[in-house]
Amino acid sequence: MTDHIIQFHNVSHRYGDVGSPALTDLSFTMKRGEMVFVTGASGAGKSTLLRLIALLARPTRGQIIVNGVNLASIRRSQVPLYRQQIGIVFQSFNLLNDRTVHDNVALPLVIRGFRHDAIGRRVRAALDSVGLLGKEKDYPLSLSGGEQQRVGIARSIVTKPMLLIADEPTGNLDPRLSRDVMQVFERFNKVGVSVLVATHAIDLIRQLPHRMVHLHHGRLRDDEPLGHAPVPVPGNPDG
Amino acid sequence: MASAPAAEDKGARLPWLRRWLLEHARVLVATLGRLSREPVSTFLTAAVIGITLALPAGLHVLVQNISAISYSWEGTLQASLFLEDAVTPERGKALVRELEKRQDVAKASYISREQSLAEFRELSGFGEALDLLADINPLPAVVVVTPQRNLPQERTQALMDALAALPEVEVAKLDQQWLERLYAILGIIERAVLIIAAMLALAVMVIIGNTIRLEIEGKRDEIIVMKLIGAPDSFIRRPFLYTGLWYGLAGGLVAWIFVTGATWALAGPARRLAGLYESSFAIVGLDAEATLIVLASGVALGVLGSAWTVGRHLDRYEPG
Repeated sequence: MTDHIIQFHNVSHRYGDVGSPALTDLSFTMKRGEMVFVTGASGAGKSTLLRLIALLARPTRGQIIVNGVNLASIRRSQVPLYRQQIGIVFQSFNLLNDRTVHDNVALPLVIRGFRHDAIGRRVRAALDSVGLLGKEKDYPLSLSGGEQQRVGIARSIVTKPMLLIADEPTGNLDPRLSRDVMQVFERFNKVGVSVLVATHAIDLIRQLPHRMVHLHHGRLRDDEPLGHAPVPVPGNPDG
Repeated sequence: MASAPAAEDKGARLPWLRRWLLEHARVLVATLGRLSREPVSTFLTAAVIGITLALPAGLHVLVQNISAISYSWEGTLQASLFLEDAVTPERGKALVRELEKRQDVAKASYISREQSLAEFRELSGFGEALDLLADINPLPAVVVVTPQRNLPQERTQALMDALAALPEVEVAKLDQQWLERLYAILGIIERAVLIIAAMLALAVMVIIGNTIRLEIEGKRDEIIVMKLIGAPDSFIRRPFLYTGLWYGLAGGLVAWIFVTGATWALAGPARRLAGLYESSFAIVGLDAEATLIVLASGVALGVLGSAWTVGRHLDRYEPG
């Protein structure tokens, strides 16, 4: 087993046959247990990068290796099993609004066939770790945006994945809630989970001691530890 | 896959067979619970399926009953025994007395060659032509035998065999041509019922498939979320298959209720009619075997219909 959780080798991706490339000749690696921010303006390729890791899309060219497995070798029927190893957090939360918080968080465990008592234990532990213990019986829509996102995070970590990827997890949250969510990610990273977060909340993550990968028009522009080369904020603040 | 998810605690997951059974039991109960929370729409769907299934089941019951009635008419049949030319009228009359002692014979009567000729002359309209034959009477003496009423078919057949084997009898003929024709017609109807059943089975599959398609569309977001968090297709498919199963079973039950109710409603008039014919005929509904077939085909069509739909629609909803 390599000590890299993610390796991109000259990866290009293009939507459709004629669209402009979303990613061009991208190479980057992420160490096991590392926490990395992917930044860049809208359309810079952040989402594409995460989609490729989650096998929501396949690269047009190049090689992606996650946890020692070349993603090209994963057949369509094996994709669910692969995704079960990764925790995914979405900007839009993607909760099932007709189910309680408990049932939402339990879903990945139900899919994997966990025992009933083990599910209850793990769901409570996951909700506790995001500070939502006691909200198990609530329905997602009765919660605030920040709470909903923390339910989403609880669901993504309830299976104890080795890799957590988050696409704009704070995109719908105000700065204070955003900071809370980032702190939750940091806590998981401290216990050994590799965390990759795509975000344009550059002001927020500047204060955090983690590596940033900056994308610009689908190319890597800066892959240096924070502090070595301050990244200029792109012109459009909300873009 | 390179490795299992990190830090999987021991014993948290069940052995696969128990996991599989429990998961199926869970979905079975969960889908029933969900359907019972929408009783009206569930009932309406079940009623449509039930009516569709009730049609072939009802036709089957009808054919069964017509067979039973026509069968009971066999008791009113007559057998004609054409006697050898050498048998004297005295011997013929003696034969009649012997036959009337048999348990399975209700009545027997002797028709001499002369009576036969006179009857034929009268009925056929060949009177003049027959006069040309002068003294030659081509007709044999006949013993007409009426078997006991409601004799089972084997015993009727046994009686006919016994009569045909008598040394005095040249040919024994059961007057059942019309009955054979009726049986042939019933055979066609039975085949037609099968064809109708096959077509309506397709209709049931379409009904269930369409209902399931609407449910799939209603759960579009849920399916996408499920796929995103790594649910295998079988896991996503399962609730829809069990929903189809419940619809099919409920439809089968409704069909059973319809057919049983119809036979129950017809039982009184049928008994009265049978009484007029001095018949012991009583209408029969779906027996245990037919009931089982109705329910089982409901279930099978439900599962098939939803599997067919889910297979076609699930791939449409891919995350991303």
